Amino acid sequence: MSRLVVSLVSGLLFGTGLLISGMTDTEKVQGWLDILGKWDPTLAFVMGGAIIPMVAAWVITAKKKPVFDVSFSMPSKKRIDKKLLAGSVLFGMGWGLAGLCPGPAIAALGFGGTGIILFFVSMVVGMLLSKPLRLRSLSTADG
Amino acid sequence: MLIDWIYGLLGGLLIGLGGLTLLIFNGRIMGASGILGQLIDGNQDTENLERIVFLIAVIFGPLIVLQFSDFSTTNITDNTIQLVLAGLLVGAGTRIANGCTSGHGVCGISRLSIRGLIATGVYIAAGALTMVTFRTFWALI
Repeated sequence: MSRLVVSLVSGLLFGTGLLISGMTDTEKVQGWLDILGKWDPTLAFVMGGAIIPMVAAWVITAKKKPVFDVSFSMPSKKRIDKKLLAGSVLFGMGWGLAGLCPGPAIAALGFGGTGIILFFVSMVVGMLLSKPLRLRSLSTADG
Repeated sequence: MLIDWIYGLLGGLLIGLGGLTLLIFNGRIMGASGILGQLIDGNQDTENLERIVFLIAVIFGPLIVLQFSDFSTTNITDNTIQLVLAGLLVGAGTRIANGCTSGHGVCGISRLSIRGLIATGVYIAAGALTMVTFRTFWALI
Protein backbone atom coordinates (compact mmCIF):
# COMPACT_ATOMS: atom_id res chain seq x y z
CA MET A 1 0.00 0.00 0.00
CA SER A 2 2.81 2.42 0.90
CA ARG A 3 4.46 1.71 -2.44
CA LEU A 4 1.23 2.56 -4.28
CA VAL A 5 0.98 5.90 -2.46
CA VAL A 6 4.58 6.65 -3.47
CA SER A 7 3.76 5.78 -7.10
CA LEU A 8 0.73 8.08 -6.93
CA VAL A 9 2.69 11.02 -5.49
CA SER A 10 5.57 10.53 -7.90
CA GLY A 11 3.23 10.35 -10.89
CA LEU A 12 1.34 13.48 -9.81
CA LEU A 13 4.62 15.42 -9.45
CA PHE A 14 5.91 14.12 -12.79
CA GLY A 15 2.72 14.87 -14.74
CA THR A 16 2.26 18.29 -13.14
CA GLY A 17 5.89 19.17 -13.80
CA LEU A 18 5.64 18.13 -17.45
CA LEU A 19 2.60 20.37 -17.91
CA ILE A 20 3.93 23.44 -16.07
CA SER A 21 7.35 23.20 -17.71
CA GLY A 22 5.74 23.45 -21.15
CA MET A 23 6.94 20.02 -22.28
CA THR A 24 3.41 19.03 -23.32
CA ASP A 25 3.60 21.89 -25.84
CA THR A 26 5.13 20.24 -28.90
CA GLU A 27 6.24 23.60 -30.29
CA LYS A 28 8.52 24.18 -27.28
CA VAL A 29 10.21 20.81 -27.77
CA GLN A 30 10.51 21.25 -31.53
CA GLY A 31 11.79 24.78 -30.85
CA TRP A 32 14.58 23.29 -28.71
CA LEU A 33 15.55 20.95 -31.56
CA ASP A 34 15.21 23.64 -34.24
CA ILE A 35 18.81 24.78 -33.97
CA LEU A 36 18.86 26.57 -37.34
CA GLY A 37 15.48 28.21 -36.85
CA LYS A 38 13.84 30.02 -33.94
CA TRP A 39 15.71 28.16 -31.19
CA ASP A 40 13.91 27.84 -27.84
CA PRO A 41 16.15 27.03 -24.85
CA THR A 42 13.27 26.22 -22.44
CA LEU A 43 14.03 22.48 -22.45
CA ALA A 44 17.48 23.15 -20.99
CA PHE A 45 15.86 24.86 -18.00
CA VAL A 46 13.51 21.90 -17.56
CA MET A 47 16.39 19.42 -17.69
CA GLY A 48 18.46 21.54 -15.31
CA GLY A 49 15.57 21.91 -12.90
CA ALA A 50 14.84 18.18 -12.95
CA ILE A 51 18.46 17.15 -12.47
CA ILE A 52 18.89 19.22 -9.26
CA PRO A 53 16.55 17.09 -7.05
CA MET A 54 17.79 13.92 -8.77
CA VAL A 55 21.43 14.65 -7.90
CA ALA A 56 20.28 15.07 -4.31
CA ALA A 57 18.36 11.79 -4.59
CA TRP A 58 21.44 9.86 -5.77
CA VAL A 59 23.54 11.37 -2.96
CA ILE A 60 20.90 10.48 -0.35
CA THR A 61 20.54 6.92 -1.62
CA ALA A 62 24.25 6.24 -2.10
CA LYS A 63 24.68 4.29 1.11
CA LYS A 64 21.11 3.38 1.97
CA LYS A 65 18.24 1.11 1.07
CA PRO A 66 14.94 2.39 -0.33
CA VAL A 67 12.35 3.10 2.38
CA PHE A 68 9.86 0.54 1.00
CA ASP A 69 12.13 -2.03 -0.63
CA VAL A 70 15.14 -4.18 0.18
CA SER A 71 17.29 -2.78 -2.62
CA PHE A 72 17.39 -0.35 -5.52
CA SER A 73 16.46 -1.67 -8.95
CA MET A 74 19.35 -0.31 -10.99
CA PRO A 75 20.02 -0.60 -14.71
CA SER A 76 22.17 -3.69 -15.19
CA LYS A 77 23.71 -2.58 -18.47
CA LYS A 78 26.94 -0.64 -18.42
CA ARG A 79 28.21 -0.90 -21.99
CA ILE A 80 27.45 1.38 -24.91
CA ASP A 81 25.90 -1.08 -27.35
CA LYS A 82 24.24 -0.88 -30.76
CA LYS A 83 20.78 -1.06 -29.23
CA LEU A 84 21.42 2.04 -27.13
CA LEU A 85 22.66 4.00 -30.15
CA ALA A 86 20.17 2.74 -32.76
CA GLY A 87 17.23 3.05 -30.36
CA SER A 88 18.21 6.61 -29.44
CA VAL A 89 18.47 7.57 -33.13
CA LEU A 90 14.96 6.21 -33.81
CA PHE A 91 13.59 7.90 -30.70
CA GLY A 92 15.22 11.23 -31.61
CA MET A 93 13.71 11.15 -35.09
CA GLY A 94 10.23 10.56 -33.72
CA TRP A 95 10.79 13.16 -31.01
CA GLY A 96 11.64 15.75 -33.65
CA LEU A 97 8.78 14.77 -35.96
CA ALA A 98 6.03 15.27 -33.39
CA GLY A 99 7.69 17.15 -30.53
CA LEU A 100 6.63 14.51 -28.02
CA CYS A 101 8.52 12.01 -25.89
CA PRO A 102 6.80 9.32 -23.79
CA GLY A 103 6.32 11.31 -20.55
CA PRO A 104 4.57 14.34 -22.06
CA ALA A 105 2.53 12.09 -24.38
CA ILE A 106 1.10 10.35 -21.31
CA ALA A 107 0.70 13.62 -19.36
CA ALA A 108 -1.30 15.21 -22.21
CA LEU A 109 -3.64 12.22 -22.70
CA GLY A 110 -6.36 13.78 -20.56
CA PHE A 111 -6.53 17.14 -22.32
CA GLY A 112 -4.64 16.94 -25.63
CA GLY A 113 -7.41 15.63 -27.85
CA THR A 114 -7.28 13.09 -30.65
CA GLY A 115 -3.79 14.02 -31.89
CA ILE A 116 -2.21 13.05 -28.56
CA ILE A 117 -4.28 9.87 -28.38
CA LEU A 118 -3.24 8.86 -31.90
CA PHE A 119 0.43 9.47 -31.04
CA PHE A 120 0.09 7.51 -27.78
CA VAL A 121 -1.54 4.51 -29.45
CA SER A 122 1.15 4.52 -32.17
CA MET A 123 3.81 4.71 -29.46
CA VAL A 124 2.33 1.67 -27.67
CA VAL A 125 2.26 -0.22 -30.98
CA GLY A 126 5.91 0.76 -31.57
CA MET A 127 6.81 -0.57 -28.13
CA LEU A 128 5.09 -3.88 -28.85
CA LEU A 129 6.65 -4.20 -32.33
CA SER A 130 10.11 -3.64 -30.87
CA LYS A 131 9.80 -6.58 -28.50
CA PRO A 132 11.39 -9.19 -30.81
CA LEU A 133 14.34 -6.84 -31.37
CA ARG A 134 15.05 -6.48 -27.69
CA LEU A 135 15.58 -10.20 -26.97
CA ARG A 136 16.35 -9.79 -23.29
CA SER A 137 17.00 -7.34 -20.43
CA LEU A 138 13.38 -6.38 -19.89
CA SER A 139 13.78 -6.76 -16.16
CA THR A 140 15.72 -3.55 -15.60
CA ALA A 141 13.85 -0.53 -14.38
CA ASP A 142 15.75 1.75 -16.70
CA GLY A 143 13.70 3.91 -18.95
CA MET B 1 10.32 34.22 -23.06
CA LEU B 2 11.71 34.68 -19.54
CA ILE B 3 8.44 33.49 -18.00
CA ASP B 4 8.70 30.32 -20.12
CA TRP B 5 12.15 29.65 -18.69
CA ILE B 6 10.91 30.18 -15.13
CA TYR B 7 7.99 27.81 -15.69
CA GLY B 8 10.45 25.40 -17.31
CA LEU B 9 12.71 25.47 -14.26
CA LEU B 10 9.77 25.19 -11.85
CA GLY B 11 8.22 22.31 -13.79
CA GLY B 12 11.63 20.69 -14.07
CA LEU B 13 12.03 20.82 -10.29
CA LEU B 14 8.67 19.06 -9.90
CA ILE B 15 9.74 16.38 -12.41
CA GLY B 16 12.95 15.89 -10.44
CA LEU B 17 11.03 15.68 -7.17
CA GLY B 18 8.85 12.98 -8.74
CA GLY B 19 11.98 11.04 -9.63
CA LEU B 20 13.46 11.60 -6.17
CA THR B 21 10.28 10.32 -4.51
CA LEU B 22 10.14 7.13 -6.58
CA LEU B 23 13.86 6.43 -6.07
CA ILE B 24 14.16 7.09 -2.35
CA PHE B 25 10.96 5.33 -1.31
CA ASN B 26 10.39 2.58 -3.89
CA GLY B 27 13.94 2.19 -5.16
CA ARG B 28 12.82 2.56 -8.77
CA ILE B 29 14.05 4.79 -11.56
CA MET B 30 11.36 7.11 -12.92
CA GLY B 31 11.48 6.42 -16.64
CA ALA B 32 8.25 6.96 -18.56
CA SER B 33 9.05 4.58 -21.43
CA GLY B 34 10.26 1.85 -19.07
CA ILE B 35 7.22 2.03 -16.80
CA LEU B 36 4.74 2.02 -19.70
CA GLY B 37 6.78 -0.45 -21.75
CA GLN B 38 7.16 -3.04 -19.01
CA LEU B 39 3.43 -2.83 -18.37
CA ILE B 40 2.46 -3.47 -21.98
CA ASP B 41 5.15 -6.16 -22.38
CA GLY B 42 2.96 -8.12 -20.00
CA ASN B 43 5.71 -8.78 -17.47
CA GLN B 44 4.35 -11.02 -14.77
CA ASP B 45 5.87 -9.31 -11.77
CA THR B 46 4.34 -7.76 -8.70
CA GLU B 47 4.82 -4.15 -9.75
CA ASN B 48 2.24 -3.75 -12.48
CA LEU B 49 -0.29 -2.15 -10.14
CA GLU B 50 2.34 0.40 -9.08
CA ARG B 51 3.00 1.17 -12.74
CA ILE B 52 -0.71 1.63 -13.45
CA VAL B 53 -1.13 3.94 -10.44
CA PHE B 54 1.90 5.97 -11.54
CA LEU B 55 0.63 6.35 -15.12
CA ILE B 56 -2.89 7.32 -14.02
CA ALA B 57 -1.36 9.93 -11.70
CA VAL B 58 0.71 11.32 -14.60
CA ILE B 59 -2.54 11.81 -16.52
CA PHE B 60 -4.50 13.26 -13.61
CA GLY B 61 -1.82 15.62 -12.26
CA PRO B 62 -2.15 17.95 -15.25
CA LEU B 63 -5.97 17.72 -15.19
CA ILE B 64 -5.96 18.98 -11.58
CA VAL B 65 -3.61 21.87 -12.43
CA LEU B 66 -5.73 22.79 -15.46
CA GLN B 67 -8.67 23.47 -13.13
CA PHE B 68 -6.77 26.53 -11.90
CA SER B 69 -4.70 27.57 -14.87
CA ASP B 70 -4.36 27.26 -18.61
CA PHE B 71 -1.31 25.42 -19.89
CA SER B 72 -3.38 23.22 -22.17
CA THR B 73 -1.86 24.24 -25.51
CA THR B 74 -0.18 21.27 -27.19
CA ASN B 75 0.30 22.71 -30.69
CA ILE B 76 0.27 19.11 -31.89
CA THR B 77 0.13 18.55 -35.63
CA ASP B 78 -3.08 17.28 -37.23
CA ASN B 79 -1.10 15.33 -39.84
CA THR B 80 -2.04 11.70 -39.22
CA ILE B 81 0.93 10.18 -41.06
CA GLN B 82 3.38 12.38 -39.14
CA LEU B 83 1.79 11.46 -35.80
CA VAL B 84 1.68 7.72 -36.45
CA LEU B 85 5.23 7.60 -37.78
CA ALA B 86 6.53 9.68 -34.86
CA GLY B 87 4.67 7.52 -32.33
CA LEU B 88 6.03 4.28 -33.80
CA LEU B 89 9.59 5.67 -33.79
CA VAL B 90 9.35 6.98 -30.22
CA GLY B 91 7.80 3.75 -28.92
CA ALA B 92 10.23 1.39 -30.63
CA GLY B 93 13.28 3.62 -30.15
CA THR B 94 12.87 4.22 -26.43
CA ARG B 95 12.33 0.52 -25.72
CA ILE B 96 15.28 -0.58 -27.86
CA ALA B 97 17.49 2.05 -26.19
CA ASN B 98 16.00 1.12 -22.81
CA GLY B 99 15.13 4.68 -21.93
CA CYS B 100 13.85 8.10 -22.92
CA THR B 101 14.14 11.71 -21.77
CA SER B 102 13.16 10.90 -18.19
CA GLY B 103 15.14 7.68 -17.72
CA HIS B 104 18.30 8.34 -19.73
CA GLY B 105 18.00 12.13 -19.58
CA VAL B 106 16.95 13.17 -16.09
CA CYS B 107 17.76 10.05 -14.06
CA GLY B 108 20.81 8.95 -16.08
CA ILE B 109 22.60 12.27 -16.41
CA SER B 110 22.06 13.12 -12.72
CA ARG B 111 23.99 10.02 -11.68
CA LEU B 112 26.58 10.57 -14.43
CA SER B 113 25.61 7.34 -16.23
CA ILE B 114 27.68 7.05 -19.40
CA ARG B 115 24.81 5.23 -21.15
CA GLY B 116 22.41 8.00 -20.13
CA LEU B 117 24.74 10.76 -21.30
CA ILE B 118 25.45 9.07 -24.65
CA ALA B 119 21.78 8.23 -25.29
CA THR B 120 20.75 11.81 -24.51
CA GLY B 121 23.40 13.22 -26.84
CA VAL B 122 22.33 10.86 -29.62
CA TYR B 123 18.56 11.45 -29.40
CA ILE B 124 18.99 15.22 -29.19
CA ALA B 125 21.29 15.13 -32.23
CA ALA B 126 18.88 12.88 -34.16
CA GLY B 127 15.97 15.14 -33.18
CA ALA B 128 17.81 18.29 -34.22
CA LEU B 129 18.81 16.71 -37.54
CA THR B 130 15.19 15.71 -38.12
CA MET B 131 14.02 19.26 -37.38
CA VAL B 132 16.62 20.83 -39.63
CA THR B 133 15.77 18.42 -42.44
CA PHE B 134 11.99 18.65 -42.25
CA ARG B 135 11.53 22.26 -41.13
CA THR B 136 14.48 24.27 -42.38
CA PHE B 137 15.06 22.51 -45.71
CA TRP B 138 11.71 20.99 -46.64
CA ALA B 139 9.36 23.16 -44.56
CA LEU B 140 7.19 20.09 -43.98
CA ILE B 141 6.69 20.27 -40.19
